[in-house]
Amino acid sequence: MVSPTTLAPVVFWRNQRFRLALYQAVALLLVIGAGAYFVSNALANLDERSIRTGFGFLSREAGFRIGESIIPYDASNSYGRAYVVGVLNTLRVSLLGIVLATLIGVLVGMARLSSNWLVVRLASLYVETVRNVPLLLQLFFWYTVITGLLPSVRQATQLLPGVYLSKSGLMFPAPVPHPGHPYMAAVFVIGCGLAWGYRGRARRRQEATGQVPKLLLPSLGLILGPPLVVWLVSGAPTALDVPVFTRFTFRGGNSITPEFLSLLAGLVLYTAAFIAENVRGGIQAVPRGQSEAAAALGLRRTTALRLVILPQALRIVIPPTTSQYLNLMKNSSLAVAIGYPDLVSVANTSLNQSGQAIECISIMMGVYLTISLSISVVMNVYDRAIALVER
Amino acid sequence: MAAAPAPPRLGAVAWLRANLFSNWSNTVLTLLGLFLLVRALPPLFDWGVAHAVWGAADPDVCKAASGACWAMIHEKYRLILFGRYPYAEQWRPLLGLVLLVVMIGLSCNRNAWGLRLAEAWGAALAAWLLLMWGGVAGLTFVPNNLWGGLPLTLILTVIGLAIAFPLSIFLALGRRSRMPVIRILCRVYIELIRGVPLISLLFMASFMLPLFLPTGVSIDEVLRAQVAIILFSAAYLAEAVRGGLQAIPKGQHEAAHALGLSYWQAQRKIILPQAIAVAIPAIVNIFIGLFKDTSLVAIVSLTDLLLAMRQAIADPQWRRFFVEGYVFIALIYFVVCFFMSKYSQYLETQFRSGQQR
Repeated sequence: MVSPTTLAPVVFWRNQRFRLALYQAVALLLVIGAGAYFVSNALANLDERSIRTGFGFLSREAGFRIGESIIPYDASNSYGRAYVVGVLNTLRVSLLGIVLATLIGVLVGMARLSSNWLVVRLASLYVETVRNVPLLLQLFFWYTVITGLLPSVRQATQLLPGVYLSKSGLMFPAPVPHPGHPYMAAVFVIGCGLAWGYRGRARRRQEATGQVPKLLLPSLGLILGPPLVVWLVSGAPTALDVPVFTRFTFRGGNSITPEFLSLLAGLVLYTAAFIAENVRGGIQAVPRGQSEAAAALGLRRTTALRLVILPQALRIVIPPTTSQYLNLMKNSSLAVAIGYPDLVSVANTSLNQSGQAIECISIMMGVYLTISLSISVVMNVYDRAIALVER
Repeated sequence: MAAAPAPPRLGAVAWLRANLFSNWSNTVLTLLGLFLLVRALPPLFDWGVAHAVWGAADPDVCKAASGACWAMIHEKYRLILFGRYPYAEQWRPLLGLVLLVVMIGLSCNRNAWGLRLAEAWGAALAAWLLLMWGGVAGLTFVPNNLWGGLPLTLILTVIGLAIAFPLSIFLALGRRSRMPVIRILCRVYIELIRGVPLISLLFMASFMLPLFLPTGVSIDEVLRAQVAIILFSAAYLAEAVRGGLQAIPKGQHEAAHALGLSYWQAQRKIILPQAIAVAIPAIVNIFIGLFKDTSLVAIVSLTDLLLAMRQAIADPQWRRFFVEGYVFIALIYFVVCFFMSKYSQYLETQFRSGQQR
């Protein structure tokens, strides 16, 4: 029996602080050791296969063509520029996809809460089907449908006047460039700023006086009015570059490739189903008492939704929806399977050509990581801004 | 659990009025929905059932018919389901699938959860792999690169999860550790993996992994993809487990400590059993995602269910019937995922009712 009063001094290896430090040192050493082992292996292997290392290849001539690009690019440009094209293509499909998926997702999510039995069933059918089938399969499906079942360019279907859909993508009219356009864009941005400022003033006035100032019409006027004025002043240019079929193909207008179209369709439909579930869950999570209280105050159902339910639901909906946005961006990497030249596809081609696997894959992962982390930082800031402030 | 009171019975007309025609906007929506159904369903039925070609048939018969060509599936289902696995030996992957279904069936019963079940899973997985590889007991050896179809998809998923799960528990515990170095290492790993797409990990595994191994050592492509899937799912599972850990009240830790349990004893006997039970719906959801995501190995040329189907429809004779092929495997994926998501919802209600009592 050891008497409790005479505790022996703790030996140093039984000292808890010493132990914690030891464990951490061992963990760190293990990780560094494994890293060093891999690096030395890699150096030996690269040396043996005489593969060049370093990022010098980025300034060399790429020598491959890229199907579509926002910035001018041809095969004589550098690998670095090819990567920029890839990143821009990834961002283009992701941003457009996020906007469309949000619109469809919110609509479907509301539809699943509708009081109409048929609408609920149809919306659930859509959500359950799309969520339970792999995205890659859906992408392949859309791509084969677009390139296999749609009519050839010769017999392109006319969806709207000037808008054609065919095996080679979607053709649509574009306004002919006019010197007035940059000014219109500039005043549009200024108008948005003014509308934002007006919104702040209106809110302060409402808090001070209790009167609810008109918000929608003045803001719309501030946003759309100036560009309209500039458009009229610059002579109201209405010239449209309409795609016209000439002998073998369409000339003029703008076009979207079938790869972009199928990737966008697949990503939007897939992500919208998940967003719809978030929206439904968020609205259902608002306690029933809130809508009952709003009804008791005499608010109409639509007003109650706008002023009472949605602001609270938004708080629940936004975090999981952010991760859906991130998923959409990451899933756009499946583009490589259907030949849309996104970041992964450019990295894959340059990997096969230069043989510099480590560099090519590190650039690819680095870019995705940067985008993911920046979106989550922005969303965390927004999250904190709308978080419940309790008094 | 007390049953909810039965909703008041409505007559057919009253039901219609309440659920379809309650006001003018609902009526418009209903009519719009009905219009869509009337436009879409009959042609779909004609294509898929009435004018379809069932059973064995020539591609020319299909070409003549206006409906779906299910004869394509009849002709190619062995290739789609089992890939390039030797034809005469395909009973082995089939037996493996049966074994897996039995094990999943057993695991759905919550009363069976425990160490026994984990051991049974270990034995079943070993038996399954042995069946697939062969080389013993008179079975011919079938190398990894001939595996394909549904068994490959399931092996990548199940083995991936079986190895990633224990790993993820350590990651989750590490992320909540009071040792800053361990916490940061785990956090960096999790954020790094979750920040990049799976396809980049698969590329990394197939192009970079061989470079990191000592000269002369090489591992085959299935194993490379398996490593990528394990690394990927461990990070996501770790977040699910961490969610479970966060739900455990502090008192549980303190009580375990007061009883004189060491850190690992407390985790093993007190904390983890509760945390994992809370996290199970999230884990099942990750399982569903992983099952769908294994289809990405098709991009690094592994003949999983998706690529096997694409190889089947690459046959020039049957190429025009690709829609049937997609519908077939979409159905397989759908059935598995739908079953699992319903099961996860069932578990969630079970746990919730357990907490309400």
